Amino acid sequence: MGEMSRAVHEPPTFLRRYVFSTDHKVIGIQYLITAMFMAIAGGGLVALMRMQLAWPGTKWAWLGRIFPDGMESGVMKPEFYLSLMTMHGTIMVFFVVSLGLLGGFGNFLIPLQIGARDMAFPVLNMLSYWTIVPACLVMLGSFWVEGGAAAAGWTAYPPLSAVRTALPGSQWGQTLWILGMALFIASFTMGGLNYVTTIFDQRTKGMSMMRMPLTIWTMFIASAIGLLAFPPLLAAAVLLLFDRHGGTSFFLPSGLYFGNQLLPNSGGTPLLWQHLFWFLGHPEVYVLILPALGITLDLLPVFTRKPLFGYRLTVYCLYAIAALSMIVWGHHMYVSGMSPYVGEFFAIGTLAITVPSTIIGVNMIASLWGGTLRFPTPMLFVIGAIVFFGTGGFGGIFLGNATSDIQLHDTYFVVGHFHLMIGGVTLMAMFAGVYYWFPKMFGRMMSERLGKVHFWLTFPAFYAIFLAMHYQGLAGMPRRYYAFDKYEYLQWLQGSHLHVSLAAFLLFGAQFLFLYNFFRSVFRGRKAADNPWNAATLEWSSPTPAPHGNWGEHLPEVHRWPYDYSVPGATGDCTPQTTPASVAPVTF
Amino acid sequence: MILAFLVWAFTLFVTAYFMFTTWFPPGINAHAAAYDQQFRLTLVITGVIFFLAQMALGWVMFKYGDDGKRAEYSHGNNRLEVLWTSAAAVLFVGLVLMGTTIWASVHFTDPPADSMVIEVNAKQFAWSFRYPGPDGKFGRTDLKLINDSAGNPFGIDEKDPAGKDDVVSSAVKVPVGKPILLKMAARDVIHNFFVRELRLKQDLVPGMIIPYHFQADTPGKYEVACSELCGLGHHQMRSVLEVMSEADFAKWMQEQLAQKQ
Repeated sequence: MGEMSRAVHEPPTFLRRYVFSTDHKVIGIQYLITAMFMAIAGGGLVALMRMQLAWPGTKWAWLGRIFPDGMESGVMKPEFYLSLMTMHGTIMVFFVVSLGLLGGFGNFLIPLQIGARDMAFPVLNMLSYWTIVPACLVMLGSFWVEGGAAAAGWTAYPPLSAVRTALPGSQWGQTLWILGMALFIASFTMGGLNYVTTIFDQRTKGMSMMRMPLTIWTMFIASAIGLLAFPPLLAAAVLLLFDRHGGTSFFLPSGLYFGNQLLPNSGGTPLLWQHLFWFLGHPEVYVLILPALGITLDLLPVFTRKPLFGYRLTVYCLYAIAALSMIVWGHHMYVSGMSPYVGEFFAIGTLAITVPSTIIGVNMIASLWGGTLRFPTPMLFVIGAIVFFGTGGFGGIFLGNATSDIQLHDTYFVVGHFHLMIGGVTLMAMFAGVYYWFPKMFGRMMSERLGKVHFWLTFPAFYAIFLAMHYQGLAGMPRRYYAFDKYEYLQWLQGSHLHVSLAAFLLFGAQFLFLYNFFRSVFRGRKAADNPWNAATLEWSSPTPAPHGNWGEHLPEVHRWPYDYSVPGATGDCTPQTTPASVAPVTF
Repeated sequence: MILAFLVWAFTLFVTAYFMFTTWFPPGINAHAAAYDQQFRLTLVITGVIFFLAQMALGWVMFKYGDDGKRAEYSHGNNRLEVLWTSAAAVLFVGLVLMGTTIWASVHFTDPPADSMVIEVNAKQFAWSFRYPGPDGKFGRTDLKLINDSAGNPFGIDEKDPAGKDDVVSSAVKVPVGKPILLKMAARDVIHNFFVRELRLKQDLVPGMIIPYHFQADTPGKYEVACSELCGLGHHQMRSVLEVMSEADFAKWMQEQLAQKQ
């Protein structure tokens, strides 16, 4: 192909190079920085929530000036609390973790790790990013419309989200939420198609599917399940829009009675939304966690100097998880009024997922076994991800089982569980990934000293917060409560909220250290070598930072799998994928 | 190295705390006892695996530091993989299968024929419970007749003689040891009926009537918490389940009927 010796020229203007760029690396960094910005927003929302939970009803005059409706005279209103909670969930799930992992690392790494010059559709890629920007603005801007931002939870269950008089946030906020989600899904679809096509089509010579690093495998599988699962949510969101503004009754049954008024709807059912939402919602958690596991698994061999344990089986497990994830959505609905007969089906499917998940977890520990472990900052976060995966996962055994879920559903136990998994594992993996690939992005290293402080603040604080929430949930504390003053049995737990809040402020504050380190290192960091971690995967065979087009005149050729460390008979403990069989034996 | 000790410390603390704390208030029926047994079993099995896995993680970090030696070269071990795959499958899927009898007794078993039927109506942000009164029949209802301020949240038609003796209460009161069948409905958004001591939780969904049967064997007052986001007053949508002796319940019912006259 002409591709092999194509002369690659950098785009001439600043605008085309850094703003409306079609270079996958620039787009990846744009996504990553957008995700960081949205993370500050999502974290800020939760900081406000934690203030209310720690010191209920306190007057914060300065906040009253920023949110004149939600915190009139400085005291938080219940509807504002619910808006904060809803938007925190929406932003973190879709606009931070999806954006950071798939948009950020996906774009940046896929061509570099499979030996391509760019994505299969570079213009579509740019369009995907510039669709996400208005989506972010719509979501954030919705705080300042009449009634405030959407407040029916990130799950947006109707009738609460469908009837405009049900909740202040269901006035204009919910409509903007639907718009923001539609833009997000459009953007995700463009990105997902691009990832899948690129991985199928653009791999360099010798890079068979079974020689791809697990980051690429997980991006591939996550994109595939996202492409299958997001369209039903878009359809559902459109139906919800019709119910809200068009007088239809997809989700609204007859006999709805609001504020002394009988609504004219008839024929719909609220459960239909729940099925459509969770048909996306459950695969979505795997869209988030699989790339996080991929990064974790990818980094392990670099810092143990030992091949990954059970690569082939791990790939099969990823497939199994992906297939099962499409048929277990009902485990969010055990107590919803859905037929209890299907409840048992979903329970067995869900617990079946624990089998491939356990294998992956055990493979992680086995990969450390017998290695030569080094602990620079990325490795610390990798260990953090493994700890959270191996802790949060066990909560799933309780919640995935219909029987034990009866008591725990919609309590803080659930909040603790999913934060450890799709909050903790993903956050740890993203940090590990940023510290690790930062030199590839900017040609400089991030500060190790600040990185270590960042880890030693983040990891224990995160663990403390969400472990405590498991305890609160077992004690019967329902989630999504603005205050806990109305119940006798919750009184003794008030103090625990203060502790959780203090840990949450510490966690939030520590992230500014990361931001400082990130932006300072872009300009002032130590210059990086071409392969600073002495890693075998393909991206380190290109110059650091990688130029436009990634590979100079000739595409690289791959001769082995990505985890050849300490190969017997090879010189040095790292054998890059481009090393031919004549130099070191090929075993995979 | 410090990380290994931290992981061990976390693990010891978490395991001990989960294992040796009594999480739930005492149950008040046979279902609660069965639920607790299943819960404890799950706790022990997951606890042991959690403990072993995390201790192993700490151990490999402690043991395999960078001592300058060359790492082992291995792609994995299929026999080990098969071993822990089957172990995980048997344990975790087994837990679900063991729990099915409890799930079945809640959902697939019909309530006894002599169950006391109580209608539940949830709205933003209050609970109403309707008893059929001495005639054992619920009166006809009509949504157009709903009048909350006049104490008629169900819209009972006063012209129907069967409705004359219907009793409406904001707390649910039941006689001890009597099978109860709640017929649950919501009239605006989704709500949820959760009583910790019963180990039962069920959504109330507009457009559906969802049966919920239980029996309470220990007299006392138990709080009912709404556990599905229902709006800005979600956090205060509280009611009380009061389990009374047969005599106290009859007396309460008489008082309610007397007030209606």
